Amino acid sequence: MSGRIATVRALAFRGLNEVVRVPGAAIPSLLAPTIFLLGFVSMFGNLTELPGFTSDDFVSFVLPVMMLQGAGFTGAATGVNLARDIEQGWFDRLLASPAPRPVLLAGMIASASVRALLPTSVLLVVAFAIGADYPGVVGLLVALVFVAAFAALAAAWGIVLALRFKTQSAAPLMQAGTFMAVMFTTSYAPLELLTGWLRAVATVNPVTRVIEAVRQGFVAGEVSWALTWPGLVAVAGLGAVLVALALRGMARSGR
Amino acid sequence: MRLAANARVVAALGRRSVKQTFRRPQFLAPILLFPSLLLAVNTGGAGRATEIPGFPEVAGFLDFELAGAMLQSTMLVGVSGGIALALDIEIGFLDRLVAAPISRSAMVLGRLAATAALGVVVATWFVALGLVFGARVEAGVAGVALIFVLVSLSAMAFGGLGAALALAAGRASVVQGIFPLVFVILFLSSAFFPRELMLEPAATVALYNPLSLIAEGIRAPVIAGISAGSLLEGLFGIAVVGGLGFALSALALRRRLRTG
Repeated sequence: MSGRIATVRALAFRGLNEVVRVPGAAIPSLLAPTIFLLGFVSMFGNLTELPGFTSDDFVSFVLPVMMLQGAGFTGAATGVNLARDIEQGWFDRLLASPAPRPVLLAGMIASASVRALLPTSVLLVVAFAIGADYPGVVGLLVALVFVAAFAALAAAWGIVLALRFKTQSAAPLMQAGTFMAVMFTTSYAPLELLTGWLRAVATVNPVTRVIEAVRQGFVAGEVSWALTWPGLVAVAGLGAVLVALALRGMARSGR
Repeated sequence: MRLAANARVVAALGRRSVKQTFRRPQFLAPILLFPSLLLAVNTGGAGRATEIPGFPEVAGFLDFELAGAMLQSTMLVGVSGGIALALDIEIGFLDRLVAAPISRSAMVLGRLAATAALGVVVATWFVALGLVFGARVEAGVAGVALIFVLVSLSAMAFGGLGAALALAAGRASVVQGIFPLVFVILFLSSAFFPRELMLEPAATVALYNPLSLIAEGIRAPVIAGISAGSLLEGLFGIAVVGGLGFALSALALRRRLRTG
């Protein structure tokens, strides 16, 4: 058991090492959510003037979206890194090791969850500096738990695609998947103000529940079970599907 | 005779670059996929923005957003072209071109010809997408033709900046690293929202950002009709970006050839 934990930890640390050793690759994903936050607030900040908008502070409204976007891109990067490892043959050596495949998968996913806290930290500092509401300790903790969980989901998605296509060329697909999952929600405005197809998609998109769970502390200033449990169910459901697919891909690898 | 030979080289290198883009999904996908996704999200998520007092008279928010999507796409064409050129440097292809009896400016112009051609692809994609989803080009067929010209020239101008960066850095990862900068510059312009309704300090920056001029030049035929003022502003914005790109490319190429 301790050997398995050590393997997970080693793989997670390997993922973190890349941030320090290949900063050129890490910096864009580190800064992108903050750039998007500043850009969206500058452009769409006046949307709060629309009748029915549930917040008078667009920074606080859109911050949770950018937190999940950062987590999504970090998770997708895990898939890109795995594709690179497959291309370079490193993954084959990993498969030949005595570590069970679910443990290898857990290590990669854990690295994404931890790494996602880096862009989130940068984002939070900038957001609070430009006036985002402080959600309280509980609100912040709930948000961070969901960010880590969403990064794990995105990592599982990236891993599924990396194992399927075995090339870094699949990177846009990994990133586009997480981008759509986060943005095709109540990302810009409350559900009632969305128009056309986006409203229909946001209604059924489980990530909408995750966003609302993260958002509650920043917009309402308090955390309620009523907004938290749908988020947890969404994460658990998506996690069950994506992890099952990733495990199947791992099991088929090298055969 | 020499001009014809150079034109053949530019055409051959341009064809190679276009094929390269279509053969590598990692180059093509960001150019069309991400701007299309952002266009879809912007239109569905912020579509009611047209109800905000002071928003220009438009048939729909999609009409307003099309110019921003095309501009974003042309910027990504420029970045993508820069990455491809940097890869050529990394694998030694540029060195082999330098050793060949061809004009040095033709090497960069070939790449820029490809970005202009990709600009036409971008314009075709977004005009078609807009029309399918209910947008209307107020200026009609002439307006569509004008959009094609402006988008193609924009792509060439941004291609110049991408080429300059590639020639200066010589590494694809460095060019790739400016990807977020594309969004910074774009968000600080009136590409996606009227400047008058943007928040400060972005509204002030957008006033002096040449991308605002290009966006408004491309947008005018869609939402209002052809006007000499908007067209000249758009062309001026393209000239500023293109002039900077070409000057920096020439400097970077000269420096690279001098230092080897």
